[in-house]
Amino acid sequence: MIRFLTQFGRYVIMLKKVFSKPEKPSIYYKQTMHELVYLGLNSIGIITIISFFMGAVITLQTAYNTENPIYPTYLIGLGCRDSIILEFSSTITALILAGKVGSNIASEIGTMRVTEQIDALEMMGVNSASYLILPKIIATLLFNPILTLISIIVGILGGWIAGTLSGVITSQDFIYGIQYAFIPYYITYSMIKTLFFAFIITSVSAFQGYFVEGGSLEVGRASTKAVVFSSVLILLFNVILTQLLLS
Amino acid sequence: MIRVKNLEKSFNDNLVLDDISVTFETGKTNLIIGRSGSGKTVLLKSIVGLHEPDKGEIWFEDVLFNKLDFAAKKKIREEMGMLFQGSALFDSLTVEQNVRFPLDMFTNKTSEEKNERVNFCLNRVNIINANKLYPSELSGGMKKRVAIARAIALNPKYLFCDEPNSGLDPLTAILIDELIRELTKEFSMTTIVNTHDMNSVIEIGENIVFINEGIKCWEGTNKEILHSDCEALNDFVFANALAKQLRLSENQ
Repeated sequence: MIRFLTQFGRYVIMLKKVFSKPEKPSIYYKQTMHELVYLGLNSIGIITIISFFMGAVITLQTAYNTENPIYPTYLIGLGCRDSIILEFSSTITALILAGKVGSNIASEIGTMRVTEQIDALEMMGVNSASYLILPKIIATLLFNPILTLISIIVGILGGWIAGTLSGVITSQDFIYGIQYAFIPYYITYSMIKTLFFAFIITSVSAFQGYFVEGGSLEVGRASTKAVVFSSVLILLFNVILTQLLLS
Repeated sequence: MIRVKNLEKSFNDNLVLDDISVTFETGKTNLIIGRSGSGKTVLLKSIVGLHEPDKGEIWFEDVLFNKLDFAAKKKIREEMGMLFQGSALFDSLTVEQNVRFPLDMFTNKTSEEKNERVNFCLNRVNIINANKLYPSELSGGMKKRVAIARAIALNPKYLFCDEPNSGLDPLTAILIDELIRELTKEFSMTTIVNTHDMNSVIEIGENIVFINEGIKCWEGTNKEILHSDCEALNDFVFANALAKQLRLSENQ
């Protein structure tokens, strides 16, 4: 318990440093643009592939579970849409990004720590926590909602292609299903979750990297911890946010 | 001038620096020497503020540095340059961008003025046609020289070097020593060099402090070091063949 409180205290102190006034906004802007490409644009490929197959499987499984004449087939499209918007695109995307982006952030910052690059920044009078972490947080907060939207669109597209090609649903029924009883608030809910998850992934991973002590072995461990802790926190906050936003 | 008074630093009840008092003079190459693990790097990092001392005072001219807040420390830090043991160049930046980094961060110079300063610093350390290379494409000696160029980019009053010769061949090590000595004179800096390289001690040690197990055991010049009464220092110095030869030739 004491260990947890100590770590939490360090995390809060680090965040205080991260959100202090930037030394030179123009440099932070440049860094943020770089991180948008590095952490955001470079993640589109993996998100697209996973979302496509995720949508396809959801459609096929929904069709298999509703193989009953009393259920109209358009429910397959509706089920696919709601599952993707409410849960899969925000949460699964976040878990994937915790693995890809989280480990990347922890190892990058951790390596900078063990090779004294962070000391060099501090030595020059640069607020290293803010310089290294703030642009990453801003970039993921800006870009992860876009990734979630891409995931929703590609997921539904994957569901439509899988459904029509396998013959479990017609194209008209699927399109009718994804339009039926649509609640726009579900998108808002998904975006709110995405923003929380983006902050968790970036700040927790940066924390793991920033306080590494030792060498390459410890950087590897920090990278693993970043993924594990981010994933657990994402699942925990998924429950909390769902209760708060949908109850 | 930098003055250290009664400095103490420990890590987890392990006392690493015990009551260190020393003065580092302006325009001189001041050396901190000692065996590996003797506390040299901790002393250097305490002086520059990367470690918070448990007790004691660190004065930069007439400013008590270790009691300043972050903003006030930042002002003094802009007058410092540091060469780290592993060079600590930013991996994601080119040679040119590394040297330019402090200029971008702390000056309002125009792009041309910054380019001019970057080229001046790189020429001064004899780095030519490497502006666009990344640190991973440089040799150990080149990395050290680029790190020196970055350290002097803001024309600092204080230069700190943590084992500048570690991992370098003897010839490159001599060139780095020469460069540090020349820059110290040229820009009238207060330079502090951490080393356990006896060649450096004999070549550039104008003021030498010997640390043994966290305690300052001896202080003097490179002329005096061969005739010290300090047993720990003699064990350290005469483990080196060059020092033995020097003493022999002086005795003859």
